[in-house]
Amino acid sequence: MDWSWERIPSEFLVTNVRLCRQGVLGRRRGFLHVRKGRLEALGVGAPTLEGIPVLDAGGLVCAPGLVDLHAHFREPGFEEKETIATGSRAAAAGGFTAVVTMPDTDPTIDNSGMVRYLIDRGREAGLCRIYPTGAISPGRKGEAMTEFGDMVAAGAVGFTDESHPVTNGNLLGNALKYAAMLGVPIITHPEDQSISGRGVMHGGYWATRLGLPGMSRAAEDAALFRDIELARAAKGHLHVAHVSTKGAVGIIRRAKDEGIHVTAAATPHHFSLDHARCRDYSPLFKTNPPLRETDDLNAIAEGLADGTIDAIATDHAPHTATEKEYQFDQAPFGVIGLETALAVGITWLVRSGLLDLGQLIACLSERPARALNLPVGKLEEGAEADFVLIDPDRTWTVASGSFQSRSANSPYLGETLTGKVTATFLRGRLTWRDEADSESR
Amino acid sequence: MILRSKDVLGLEDLTAEEILGVIDIASRFRAVFDRPVRSVPIMRGRTVVNFFHEPSTRTRISFELAEKRLSADIVNFSTATSSLSKGETLRDTAENLAAMKIDMLIIRHSSAGAARYLAKVLECSVINAGDGAHEHPTQGLLDIMTMRQRLGDLRGRKITIIGDITHSRVARSNIWGLTKLGAEVTVCGPPTMVPSGLDRLGVRVEYDLMRAVADADVLNVLRIQLERHSSRSFPSNREYHRMYGISADVVRQLKPEAFIMHPGPMNRDVEIASEVADGPRQVILDQVANGVAVRMALIYLLSGGDPGALSPAAA
Repeated sequence: MDWSWERIPSEFLVTNVRLCRQGVLGRRRGFLHVRKGRLEALGVGAPTLEGIPVLDAGGLVCAPGLVDLHAHFREPGFEEKETIATGSRAAAAGGFTAVVTMPDTDPTIDNSGMVRYLIDRGREAGLCRIYPTGAISPGRKGEAMTEFGDMVAAGAVGFTDESHPVTNGNLLGNALKYAAMLGVPIITHPEDQSISGRGVMHGGYWATRLGLPGMSRAAEDAALFRDIELARAAKGHLHVAHVSTKGAVGIIRRAKDEGIHVTAAATPHHFSLDHARCRDYSPLFKTNPPLRETDDLNAIAEGLADGTIDAIATDHAPHTATEKEYQFDQAPFGVIGLETALAVGITWLVRSGLLDLGQLIACLSERPARALNLPVGKLEEGAEADFVLIDPDRTWTVASGSFQSRSANSPYLGETLTGKVTATFLRGRLTWRDEADSESR
Repeated sequence: MILRSKDVLGLEDLTAEEILGVIDIASRFRAVFDRPVRSVPIMRGRTVVNFFHEPSTRTRISFELAEKRLSADIVNFSTATSSLSKGETLRDTAENLAAMKIDMLIIRHSSAGAARYLAKVLECSVINAGDGAHEHPTQGLLDIMTMRQRLGDLRGRKITIIGDITHSRVARSNIWGLTKLGAEVTVCGPPTMVPSGLDRLGVRVEYDLMRAVADADVLNVLRIQLERHSSRSFPSNREYHRMYGISADVVRQLKPEAFIMHPGPMNRDVEIASEVADGPRQVILDQVANGVAVRMALIYLLSGGDPGALSPAAA
């Protein structure tokens, strides 16, 4: 039986691939055997099975479906920026098969009904697994706790008030204890907003030169110290979102050494772009935490290499073109990232030799899944067949028309990146195929 | 061509030659002020829009006067009287202006980078009349012109800028312009008002006022923006005046020929003592007159005016 991209059969072989497992990229060519949405078998060589269609992948890398711990899908409330459907399509195009969504929608995801709604909408879209987080406090107001138990039962994988950090330390401490009882993390955006104030970019030479209010590293580091001490006292699990400072990497490293249950993620833009990018006042480089300095970028890359930082997470934050046309100080914070994450990792970390490709893929699959206890991110027999085919050498130029996301606020517009996801499979079903790849076959 | 660009957005973008060229033309216009008829018909039939998205009295009046003396047609609009208060984006405003075929836009905006943005999307010339805490190039030019009238060549001259450097576009334009002309620039203020990274702009940072001014040729005293600070950056006006205010005592310790500048409006007895503000060492009204001349020079040059058509400055 011949392989057909148009009608993916329920059972097939993918051969002539380099399998990436446990952070190691196999040197010999191997295969995957998919049957009824699961991985029936995988390994080196090329078995012959009578009557089963075979996809010859021509030496592409075959990796677990990527797992993103931090995305804003904006639905409900901000559908002009993104929806579950468009966000899922962006995820699939970026090689992601599982996405942890943030609760800062309108209304806030702060009850089990809203959690179920997101999961249902994700199933309808059918392009990636949606793992919602719930808010720590109703309306993210930082005043009281939401019903964690009810939301976990509905499928929430963690709790966060995201960009409205909980200022009340007692509430955050209690949230850590209560979430620990349920086996889920509290995810924090460490920022002491009394320190960062009106800041719109990293506080340093470029903020001074551009005359823009700066956000000091101390805002992140001081808040992180507090969050970690609360996690120590609560014996809870703290997951630190989007680490951006050298100091924060050191604080997390020490906390891990001391046995505190802390995990952390960093975004692609925080290891690839520095504050000088803001020099033309383009709001495409306005993020929170802000793009920082070379020392910080290097510390994050080292943190990923030595495991201090568990995962790369995108902080995919879509905004409309109009919002990103406001003046720098008026425009909203955030950049999209799902469709460029892997390529940015290859371009900045793998090509420079800081990580090998296997390690990078682990930072985007197994390691994030382990950090948040998600039952995905591995290529192993019996697991559901979530996998991606990657051409790690293909170069492409990021253009505003190249996104599946409803928004195009990427800081990489015009950049030439290396590495492309050529096909994404969720439970053995094709969710994305690259056009250029379609043409060449 | 004295200016290479169609716009003047900041002194960061100008070369030393451009700065000196503009000041030379401004000096020629200054000579016109003493004539009975002070206007010249150079800009007749051309439209200049003064777009002030932030309150301003002095700068706006100075620009208007400069435009009137060049016989331009003037349209003024400010936030309160435009649709910007209803949430129109700067791009929409810019496109509307472009459709109306104006020749030049003078922009004052609370957002750093706003002038640069408009210059990019508009074909007409744009002059930055102050963008956030970024630059205020016409103020920088008039300050430099005022210094040069007294000191001549600024190479090796010691200029001290005192006050809230963090929030000051005047400070940034002064720093860019003065360092390009070879002056030795010191900035002075409490550490809460001096941002990081200034050394990379080629200036000396000094927190002690007396050390900062002891051998200075010029003190450029910035306005303390009381509305920005409340009690966060300095404890009280009284203490600010005691530690950083230019009092008669401070003046007595300056070099005898040193003089004092202020971009206005002044907070008397906060950053500058009343008796100093009214005293013989200040050149504030010269700054005001030079401001009109500098703005005339920029408008003239950006409109393609021929420098040779003006009679050389007397001085």
